Amino acid sequence: MEISDPQEMEGLRSELQKAGVFVTTMEFIYNWGRSSSIWPLQFGLACCAIEMICTAGARFDLARFGAEVFRPSPRQADLMIVSGTVTKKMAPQVVRLYNQMPEPKYVITMGACAISGGPFKQGYNVLKGVDRFIPVDVHIPGCPPRPEALIHALVTLQKKISAQTTLPREQGDVSNRAYDKGDQHYPVPQLGAHDIVPPFNPEVWHPEPVRRDS
Amino acid sequence: MAQLEPPTAQRGYQILSSRDLDAQTLEVAMGPHHPSTHGVFRMDVVLDGETVTKLKPVFGYLHRNHEKIAENTSWIGSMPYTDRLDYFCSLTSNWAYALSVEKLCGITVPERAEYLRVILAELTRLANHACLAGFFVNDLGAMGTPLLYALREREKILDLFEWISGARMMCNFMRFGGCRNDAPEGWLAATRKLVAHFPSFLDEYDRLLTGNEIILARTQGIGILSSALAIDSAMSGPCLRASGVNYDIRKVDAYGIYNRFNFRVPLGDHGDCYDRMMLRLLEMRESLSILEQALKEIPEGSVQNSAVKIRNFKPPKGECYGRIETPKGELGFFLISDGGTSPYRYRIRPPSFINLTVLEDMCLGQKLADAVTILGSIDIVLGEVDR
Repeated sequence: MEISDPQEMEGLRSELQKAGVFVTTMEFIYNWGRSSSIWPLQFGLACCAIEMICTAGARFDLARFGAEVFRPSPRQADLMIVSGTVTKKMAPQVVRLYNQMPEPKYVITMGACAISGGPFKQGYNVLKGVDRFIPVDVHIPGCPPRPEALIHALVTLQKKISAQTTLPREQGDVSNRAYDKGDQHYPVPQLGAHDIVPPFNPEVWHPEPVRRDS
Repeated sequence: MAQLEPPTAQRGYQILSSRDLDAQTLEVAMGPHHPSTHGVFRMDVVLDGETVTKLKPVFGYLHRNHEKIAENTSWIGSMPYTDRLDYFCSLTSNWAYALSVEKLCGITVPERAEYLRVILAELTRLANHACLAGFFVNDLGAMGTPLLYALREREKILDLFEWISGARMMCNFMRFGGCRNDAPEGWLAATRKLVAHFPSFLDEYDRLLTGNEIILARTQGIGILSSALAIDSAMSGPCLRASGVNYDIRKVDAYGIYNRFNFRVPLGDHGDCYDRMMLRLLEMRESLSILEQALKEIPEGSVQNSAVKIRNFKPPKGECYGRIETPKGELGFFLISDGGTSPYRYRIRPPSFINLTVLEDMCLGQKLADAVTILGSIDIVLGEVDR
């Protein structure tokens, strides 16, 4: 018997639980574990990092969501919270850190600067959005976003993780796989004569063309 | 025993001799991603064993073109950007900018607004110094606990900021000739309550940190800065006073209404990391005394000079330098006006950046772990260093 509808699956599971039988999939357990113990990279860029520290502090207590273990090394981290303005001098390091993280890896951009350059967008040294170089899972608007917003982003990410499949490529739905990036390394931009080269990674960044109704 | 051949220089590494043994030195790039560089700061350290023989600070990883953006926006338009200068102390940055423009135009500030500014600036100083001590001992290896205590108190102060200005961190509260709005009902009473409660936190913090054996061993005699070097390198703020130089702009300039308050300026004896940390703990007590006096004396009245135009604000031609004592030191704005709607030149004198210039002098001959301590004791914020 194959049940594809998640609601039907949920119903069946609760029916069985009443009879004292717990049925689950390997994938469910695995995703539950992954999403409930996200280890973020201890990586502060600017003002938003202070709100990130507040979120980890006693009042907002990120530990309630299992994400309080900030790791200084990218090799031990699952999640990169890009908290602040990414300048053109810092962009290569951000991409390099992302490349060094093991799979499965996720990115939250925290604040207007990381999303688009924010208030500093007109600056000659400011990257207009970190999603030009690395794939971003959750964006948090705000300048800076409140700690509650970061918690909301984390819960959103947890939902996203729970919906992913960890099955091998040959089986199941492969459009939303947790391990899809493999050993792929995103090209690290370098400071060129006038701007960073390349200005964006076309693999990651394909914005909608701007249409102006004249 | 055969004589050891000295290692040959490879890949541009300079080889320095170390006492009797010819050994290779190690070059370490600490940062820009490093948990104890307080943001995106990089120290290129040359190590002989564990001893620092050379240290080169590298910054610019957070250069956000604040000055250039300010020269292309209206005068009031760069007020929100000053929030993001020193993002721990947005209100003192606001004040420094507002004070400079007021000096340029000769604007007077109503009495109540002056009191509100003092109250907010001293609250900012409390929040900054409490967190600094927390981050500092975090760098020493006390992972978390003291910092959590400090963040708990900072949250109470941030609640007050949010109540009066609408934002936790980026308050954007000062205006030329006053403040944006009056204190809401009940705000002053809540501030009085906080000020009454804060000494018990300071006592707790003192008990936790001051006599701690590890802190004493790790900070006393580390990173000594002589008063002569501190003056020569234009240091300011707690780092200067920890070296025994009695220079507090609140006393020297008596800007705003600081001459009305009775407070002392704590001074250090040795100029080491311990003095720099203790000085901040003492300064918090003096801030509390200023707050008590200001909250007692604050008059009723308007908080904004109604003669100042908000739209199409044009200062007369001229230049001026206004400065205040922020928690980090002397924050100054040098402004040149050509009579237009935006500054002709907008230059910031950031305390963190200038205090950072003596980092190498303080670190030479110390261990690498002490370099982290010394950096933590200077209290830098990269938003202000790189601007």
